[in-house]
Amino acid sequence: MAGCLVLAACSQTRDTFLVPGGPIAEAQRAELIQILGWTLIAIVPVFLLVPILLRRYRYGNGSARYTPDWERSPLLETLMWGVPLVIVTILSVQLYRTTHALDPYKPIASGNPPLRVDVVGLDWKFLFIYPDLGIATVNELAFPEETSVALDLTTDTVMQSFLISALAGQIYTMPGMRTRLHILADDPGSFEGENTQFNGDGFADQKFRAIAMAPTDFDAWAARVRSGGQPLTQASYAELAEASSGAEAQRRLGAEGLPEGVVHFSSVEGDLFETILHRYMHGTAVPPSAQPGAVGYDPQTTLGKQTQ
Amino acid sequence: MTDTLFGRLDLSSLSLWHAIQTPTPSELIAAGAAMAVILGGFGVLALLTWFRLWGPLWRNWLTSVDHKRIGIMYCALALIMLARGVIEGVLMRSQQAFGLHGGFLTPEHFSQLFSTHGTIMIFFVAMPFIAGVINYVMPLQIGARDMAFPVMNQISLGLTATGAALVMISLVLGQFSTGGWANYPPYTGADFQPGPGPDYWIWSIVLAGIGTTLSGINFAVTIYKERAPGMQFLRMPIFCWTVICTSIIMVFALPPLTVAALMLAADRYLDFHFFTNDLGGNMMNYVNLFWLFGHPEVYLLVIPCYGIFSEVIPTFSGKRIYGYMSMVYATMSIAVLSFCVWLHHFFTMGQSANINAAFGIASMAIAVPTGVKTYNWLATLFRGRVRMTVPMIYAIGFFYLFVIGGLTGVMLANPVISYQVHNTLFLVAHFHNVIIPGVLFGLLAGYHFWFPKAFGFRLDERWGRAAACLWIAGFSFTFLPLYWLGLQGMPRRSATFSDPAFQPVMWLALFGAALILAALTCLAVQLWVSIRNRDHLAVPLGDPWNGRALEWSIPSPPPAYNFAVLPQVAARDDFAMAKADGRTFAEPDAYEDIEMPDNTAIGMIVCVCATLMGLALVFWIWWLAVLSFAVMLVALIGRTFRVVTTHVIPAAEIAAAHRAWLARVQAAPAVSRRDETRERNRGRAMLERPTTPEAAE
Repeated sequence: MAGCLVLAACSQTRDTFLVPGGPIAEAQRAELIQILGWTLIAIVPVFLLVPILLRRYRYGNGSARYTPDWERSPLLETLMWGVPLVIVTILSVQLYRTTHALDPYKPIASGNPPLRVDVVGLDWKFLFIYPDLGIATVNELAFPEETSVALDLTTDTVMQSFLISALAGQIYTMPGMRTRLHILADDPGSFEGENTQFNGDGFADQKFRAIAMAPTDFDAWAARVRSGGQPLTQASYAELAEASSGAEAQRRLGAEGLPEGVVHFSSVEGDLFETILHRYMHGTAVPPSAQPGAVGYDPQTTLGKQTQ
Repeated sequence: MTDTLFGRLDLSSLSLWHAIQTPTPSELIAAGAAMAVILGGFGVLALLTWFRLWGPLWRNWLTSVDHKRIGIMYCALALIMLARGVIEGVLMRSQQAFGLHGGFLTPEHFSQLFSTHGTIMIFFVAMPFIAGVINYVMPLQIGARDMAFPVMNQISLGLTATGAALVMISLVLGQFSTGGWANYPPYTGADFQPGPGPDYWIWSIVLAGIGTTLSGINFAVTIYKERAPGMQFLRMPIFCWTVICTSIIMVFALPPLTVAALMLAADRYLDFHFFTNDLGGNMMNYVNLFWLFGHPEVYLLVIPCYGIFSEVIPTFSGKRIYGYMSMVYATMSIAVLSFCVWLHHFFTMGQSANINAAFGIASMAIAVPTGVKTYNWLATLFRGRVRMTVPMIYAIGFFYLFVIGGLTGVMLANPVISYQVHNTLFLVAHFHNVIIPGVLFGLLAGYHFWFPKAFGFRLDERWGRAAACLWIAGFSFTFLPLYWLGLQGMPRRSATFSDPAFQPVMWLALFGAALILAALTCLAVQLWVSIRNRDHLAVPLGDPWNGRALEWSIPSPPPAYNFAVLPQVAARDDFAMAKADGRTFAEPDAYEDIEMPDNTAIGMIVCVCATLMGLALVFWIWWLAVLSFAVMLVALIGRTFRVVTTHVIPAAEIAAAHRAWLARVQAAPAVSRRDETRERNRGRAMLERPTTPEAAE
């Protein structure tokens, strides 16, 4: 049943804000179209004038007027500076408004209480931790529809950029730093999410599914993760953090049976997100063997260090 | 693991070695490229020996401090690197055309390709090409004898060549960085890429960057101090104005890059933690510094090309440039604004909406002066007599394509849109859309325009037209489809993709890449054909296009001292005005001795030593690094002990050459613009009078 649900949803995965699944992406699409409209006012004249001028004033056309020393016209000058200035001013006002309105740090208005999800970028997959539900997943971000999902993001390796185009724009994830993003889906659906900042050989495969569900389905999904998943311990996290695609991680953790690249965790040991966030903040050098994604990373070392 | 003698350089550093051990398509392509570098290098050496060219090459070129020869060498370097950059681009497009769930290249090879492609195209094609054109043209336009610092000019070229050499060597020894042209840490830090790749990037950028900073100082001082009598700032051709703006950007924008790269080097070599994950490193500082260079950089590239179009369009329209003052103000505004927008490269790093809005508005503001420039060029066509020559074809391609680039630039300047399309192929399409039509078309137009000045013969017109049309079509087919892919969310730098809908679009882009390859081939054929027909295309009298600025008032190619007598400038477009008033080609009252700088080997010493030093640093061969640095230092200090650095060309010799040329000009028939591209055109232009509708009837 679960498999069917996910398969059905993913067969119509939406992966661009041109087919928006929520208010943010929809506003972004509208913004794109508006900018196009305003800018065309300045551009269309160029498109039209170039062929006209070239034809009329071609060298062979002796009947066209030729004024080699003409170099100024106050009226033309005013138009040339004025029109772009007016367009840019209008666009600036709009830019200021929408930039504030669509600030990714701002919760999105909705009737339901927001859902918190912590996102950890790994090489080359995303780990989603649900702090309020005590569960976690790899490469599968499920959430109820019509609910503002508050994402706290970081990475446990190099810089990445987290994007679910059909829902909202991207935000960088950086080690030792926390960024925020809010998403909301209007209806149930499956949306493609990805990392857009190059981070090595598995980069092209770092994609995941964001699945918006009816609230009851979401509760059922959470219950299924809790009952069917494995616990996310220090040991399994150390394994997971090693540079590998979602599919490889799934094999390594023995989570076959789920969609490709997806792993479910029934529980999360400790405050994993905060641990990751502060991994490098202890004022001591961290050897590459304890830095996930680094050449020479060794899950055993990390484990040893963390259990000290 | 490291050896005292060879550092970390060993047999496994050879890319050929890998290909022998695991002959996969990726490795074979890499080995092929390495073989091309090795065979190409040896081929050049063999040909130079066979034709006994070592002596002339050394005396006339490698040790020359003549700005014209240095300019030509810069352009030659740029064109060679352009060939490699284009081939890499075609290879990447091929990989993506077959990239649905795979392709023939490994992800690692693909990432090296986009890293070297970006690095080469920006630092070793666009920058040297621009430095070359500026070097060649600017001193001639302001009526100077040479650059303010001719020896430093040679050293700048040497350092740029060093950077290019290191990138070429990386094909044979070790591997280049996989971190893209921006080389963001921590991915490029020692923990994540301990190999020599990022070190290649660092040293090629640092050394070339120092060269460019020196160039900027040199260009600016030359314009400030070396203008001919009467050449007030507001009488300078627009190209010289763009050179001032570009020099200012070079002087202020390159140091942040050099510093960022050196800080990254400190992280990698000395265990500093500026940009690492641990011990308080902050990679955002790198991003800040990089784009504090990176955004002015794109204007550094495009502004002189605006200048080139501002020379080409009036000349081939037979008109003065429309709105000179507007052009000057617009250029200056762009140069200043270019330093106020760098944050738009990381709208998506989580800064506040106010900051994003401020930088978004500043970025959009650049569209205003850019729009003004475009309209000014159109107004220059208005009531002109436009000849459809090769540079004009590039200009038309530029008009159409560049405004599309401007449109998508306004979109990207908006944080709300940037959140969606940042890091996708939309971005790739956008910056190619401004850099190819803006910078490359400008440079190629300039190449065609000033080539007869530099070599005394025109370039073949038909092959030039073919090249220009193929560039325009090739660009359109390659990059316009990428906008769509970007809007669909396809990230940049992806070796593969999984959406079958992308495939036909990728094929279209590959078709475009094939057209670009054909365009490049046409340029090569054009050069070959033109050299072969140089007697028919010769324009020794110096003014093949009915030019407007001072560079056209002297023979082609110009003598080493440029002007027999320094010109007295009385107006804007002085040469055009002089032609209209019949003041040209008069015998000067008196000739004087001219003091010119001596040739020197210092630039070559710097080039060779810096290349060895860079290579030694990449492979941790410490003794060689110290030795080559010491030699370079001793040579530079030693040079300061030379007291006599100039020689004098006697007035009589100058007078004889100048009189002979004047006599040829007087004897030659003036050629109408109708015959501009025919053999009849020997470089003396006929004056064509303004018409009114009444006069035409």
